[in-house]
Parts: sequence; structure tokens; C-alpha cells
Amino acid sequence: MAAFESFFNSFASPSLVIIISIGVFLLYFFRMRMMMQPRVSFAIMALTALFLVVGSQNHDFFKIITKGDNMPIVIMIFAILFFLWLAFRQATLNDMRLEQGLPPNEAESSNKKVLVWPDLVYPEFVMTVALSAAFIIWGVMVEAPIEEPASGTRAPNPAKAPWYFLGLQEMLVYFDPWLAGVVLPGMIVVGLMAIPYIDTNPKGNGYYTLKERPFAIFMFMFGFLILWVVLVIMGTFLRGPNWNFFGPFEYWDPHKVEALVNVNLSEYFWVSWLDMRLPDNPLQRELPGIVLILIYLLIVPAILARTVLKKFFHQLGFARFSILVVLLLMMASLPIKMFLRWTINLKYLVGIPEWFFNI
Amino acid sequence: MTLLKKIAETQVWRSIFRHGYPSTPRNRALAALSNVFLHLHPVKARKSGIRLSFTWCMGGITFFLFLLETITGVLLMFYYRPTIEYAYNDIIALREHVPLGIMRELHRWGAHMMVLAVWLHMLRVFLTGSYKPPREFNWNIGVILLLLTLLLSFTGYLLPWDQLAIWAITVGSNMARAHPVIGHEGPGASLLAVGDVSLVTPASDIRFGLLAGRFVGAAALLRFYVLHCVALPLAAGLLMAIHFWRVRKDGGISGPM
Ligand code: HEM
Repeated sequence: MAAFESFFNSFASPSLVIIISIGVFLLYFFRMRMMMQPRVSFAIMALTALFLVVGSQNHDFFKIITKGDNMPIVIMIFAILFFLWLAFRQATLNDMRLEQGLPPNEAESSNKKVLVWPDLVYPEFVMTVALSAAFIIWGVMVEAPIEEPASGTRAPNPAKAPWYFLGLQEMLVYFDPWLAGVVLPGMIVVGLMAIPYIDTNPKGNGYYTLKERPFAIFMFMFGFLILWVVLVIMGTFLRGPNWNFFGPFEYWDPHKVEALVNVNLSEYFWVSWLDMRLPDNPLQRELPGIVLILIYLLIVPAILARTVLKKFFHQLGFARFSILVVLLLMMASLPIKMFLRWTINLKYLVGIPEWFFNI
Repeated sequence: MTLLKKIAETQVWRSIFRHGYPSTPRNRALAALSNVFLHLHPVKARKSGIRLSFTWCMGGITFFLFLLETITGVLLMFYYRPTIEYAYNDIIALREHVPLGIMRELHRWGAHMMVLAVWLHMLRVFLTGSYKPPREFNWNIGVILLLLTLLLSFTGYLLPWDQLAIWAITVGSNMARAHPVIGHEGPGASLLAVGDVSLVTPASDIRFGLLAGRFVGAAALLRFYVLHCVALPLAAGLLMAIHFWRVRKDGGISGPM
């Protein structure tokens, strides 16, 4: 048990968790056929369950995963593994059919119309009864949590947002609230709404497929799984007092200190590289970062339009392409900033605290 | 059987159900057509579209959970007063004094699962490409429903008025004060000013508007209560009606052409 615990604790850093998640994601994406074989997918689900069962020998771990409000996240982990299998299993089978020149499986019965009563109404009724029963059992077995009465002066540690917003709270480690709490969530909403208008690929409408729309699926799944679901899981189970990171079997010590050694780009630029004093004028001081951001938002799209995304530029036209690229760059800004933090301890690319303008 | 037949022939019965027992195709079609709730469905649907492995029934489950939340929520409202003196004690009393008191449990677990179900529903709609023409608009209605679901859950989180509630809402609403233009700690806060007088202050910014104060206090509790029990459910219900209507009008659940 001790070996088991220390093995998993040794992965205990945000960078490893995210890098490993990205690795697993890429493995899934590029070895989809293999990963979607029922025995592979179900073995992964079984291993996840085994991890939780064995891990529950640890008292603190058991308490965290069985806490009433954390149960949805445990359920989410299995629900996502299962539904990803269900979706991509059908997608890979359809892709094989398409390769042989056959229509997707759904087409076999898509022209057959059936009467909604009883073919749809009965299953709906069964589902209603089954779910009602399940919720009543759940409600009887687990009490809804209630803590001490509210006190505006005694803040709990850690103070966590509701679980579905923990991805945003995790972003606060890397970005200031105006970005992590307002601009990036706003971009998520705008991005979701824009999807039907920037994805002009007519294929894959009404059936599961991966081969006919790999780019759209890759981007959406990366955002959903890595930048949302993984961050929610991490925020629930691995972030403890002071939002410090803890291994799954590490005791949540409120006195754990983490050295703050983050440095602004302006300091790297003027002090370390040019051996000068920081300029007094904030705009001049932050010029290197501002230039970098402008390059990122203006020059990089132009380069992408001529190189890797050339195909899309021609298909989509200028307006759609610009929106697509800005959305993708905003999405990529989070992993980029994470990476800069882990490698060179970068605090802000542009840091003008005088105006709360920190990037 | 004859008794049932007799009942089905009474004037009362026939005034309610205007068709015979749904065992013939005609009566089955009439069953779906003449009932306002079943009328949300078309009379006939694509066989591939109603397969469980295609939709996962996730939209339906989300709707079921919305109904569960509405029913248990109304029951909870009988016992809950949204003021600082009463809120917390009313919640405690739910467990200790109200018979069969699992309404709060049903409401809370249902709320968590509704958030999860919306995500999964969105995932399946994306993976079947069902947002593509002609369903672009319905996808957008869906995105707003997703936001409303999160907001419903967020406003409800405050109501028990315990430590978990007030600090989760404090953490969440602190983001608002960093709004780039209308938050007092946002980079653009100083832009909105008349002469030397800033218009965006802790007592006038968006967070203040959300909480009706500088802190999560009595006014915020009332505000969240009204949003949670009246405004947001009405908006969500309305949009769901449009959402279901559009599913029908856009040609039913999607399928290959
Ligand atoms: C409160 C939230 C929601 C409810 C109650 C709901 C309910 C439903 C139901 C019952 C259907 C019928 C097919 C099915 O069950 O999959 C459906 C279809 C659909 N939903 Fe939702 N939905 C919700 C949120 C969303 C969200 C968040 C999105 C996307 C962002 C979305 C987009 C769609 C689209 C595009 C369809 C048509 C799918 C097709 O034709 O295959 N909905 N919805």
C-alpha cells in the first residue's frame, strides 16, 4: 500500500497531470481503433475503478471521494469514459463502413419511420421510472451536506467554487481574474455558439464518424477533456488548502508552503538579458510582452493561414477563418501559459498592476 | 376488461381522450397528436434517431432532471425562508422535522446530475454533427440552456446559507469584479469616469449589481432566491419549449441524409 501511494504521489504536480492527460488523449486520438475495442476500453474503466477501490484503503482519500458533493465528479469520470467509448466505437465502425464505400450504420434505418407512440414514449416512461427509483435510493442513502452556518469573517481553506466551475478556478493559477474569470469563459461561450457557423464541413451530419471531421473533433475534445474535465477533476481531488497541489494520497496540510519564484517577462528582458534597470514608464517596461501578444494575435494567424491551416483558409474565407483562429489561439493560450510557468516560472507576459492589466 | 371498456365509453372519458386505445396505428398517431405533452414529439420519428445508442437519451434525461428539480424545488419552497435569520435553520429543520425529508437530497443530487447530463448531451450532439445545418440555431438555444443550467445551480448553491454556500459564491462572484470594463478591479475600470470621478467603484460595479452589495449578504440571498426560484426556471422552461419545437421543425432528430 505504501508503495502504491508513493508511486501515485510521485506524479503529484500540475504539470505531470496535464502532460500525462495530453499524452493519453493523443494516444486515444491516433490509436482510436485499438482503444475503442470493447476489451481495451472496459479494461481502462476497470483499472480506474480498481484504483479508486485500492486507494480507498487510505482514509483521507476515501473521505474525499465519498464526500456527497464529490460523488458527481466520480460519476462523471466513469460516465465520460463510458460515453466516449459508446460514441467513438460507433464512429470507428462507421469509418470502416465508409472506407468500404458503405453508408454509415445509422443510414440503414434512417428512412424507416416509426410511430412515436409506443416506440419512443414507452422507453421514455421506463427511463423516467428507473431514474426516479435511482434518485430515491441515492437520496435515502446519502445525506445532502450542510456545514456550519455562514460566517462572513471565517473563510474556509480551501474556499472552492462549485465543482463545475473548478476549471475556471484552476485557470486563476495562470491568469488574472479578468482573463480566467471573464474573458476566457466569455470566449468559451462565444466559441460554442460560433461552432455551427465556422464548421462548414458538410460531412458527418447525423452520424458518428471521426475520419470525416478529424480537425473539428480533435479541437472540441481537447478543449472539453483536457481544458475542462481534467481541470475539474484536478480542482476537486488534488487542490487543497491555499489551492496548493497535493498528491492523491497526500495529507492536506494547511501549512504546506510553496515557494513563489515567478518572474515577469519584463524582468527577464530588461534585467537578466539586457542587464539594465526596469524602465519607469509601464508601457515601455512591458513593451516586450505587448509586442509578443500582438505577434501572437496578428502575425501568427497570417502565418497559419499560409501554412498548416491553408486548406481551412481557402474553405472558410477571411471572416470565418479569422474567428476560428482567434478562438483557437485563445484556447491555446492556457496550455501555453501553463507551459511557460512550468519551464521558466513566468508570472506575467505583460504585467501592469497599476491598471490591473496583467496577462 | 369489460369494465375498462365501459369506462372508456363514458362521456367523461371521451371528453378527455378523443381517440380509442392506442393499439391501432391511427389511434397511436392520435395519441401523440392530441396530447399537449406528447405533442412535443412528432407523430413519427426516424428509427435511427431514437436508438438509445444514438442519443443516449441525454436530452431527455436533462429534461427529466429539470422536472425533478421543479417538483422537489416547489416542495422545498414550502419550508424555506430566504432571510439570514431563517435560511440555515429552515434547511436543518428539513432533515429533522419534515416527514420523508429527502426532498433536499433529491434536489441536490438532481442538480449535480443535471449539469453532468447537459455536458454529455452537448457532447453527443457535437459528435453526431447534429449542430450542422439546419440545426445551427437550435445548437445556440442549447448553449444558452447550458448557461442557464449552470446559473440555476450556482444561484441555488447559496440558499442553504452555510459556510460552503457563502464562500463558494464569494469565490465565484469575485471574478465579476475583474470584469475588464465594468468591474472595479478590471483593466478598463478607469476608462469609465467623469472627470476625476470614477464610475466603476466597489459600490457600483457588476459584482455589486449581482450581489446587491459589496459582500455576500442578506440582499444577495434574496436576489439569488428570486433568480433561482422564479426568473431562471421561467427562462429555462421557455427556452426548452423552443428547443423541443425546433427539434421537430428541423426535421426531427438528425440522421444521415
Ligand atoms: C437544459 C438543457 C437541455 C435540454 C433539456 C435539452 C433537451 C433536448 C432533447 C430532449 C433533445 C432531443 C434529442 C436528444 O435527446 O438528444 C435535444 C436535441 C438537441 N439539443 Fe438539446 N437540450 C438541452 C441542452 C442543449 C445544449 C447545451 C445543446 C448544445 C450546445 C443542445 C443542442 C441540441 C441540438 C442541436 C439538438 C438536436 C439534435 C439532433 O437533432 O440530433 N441542447 N435536446
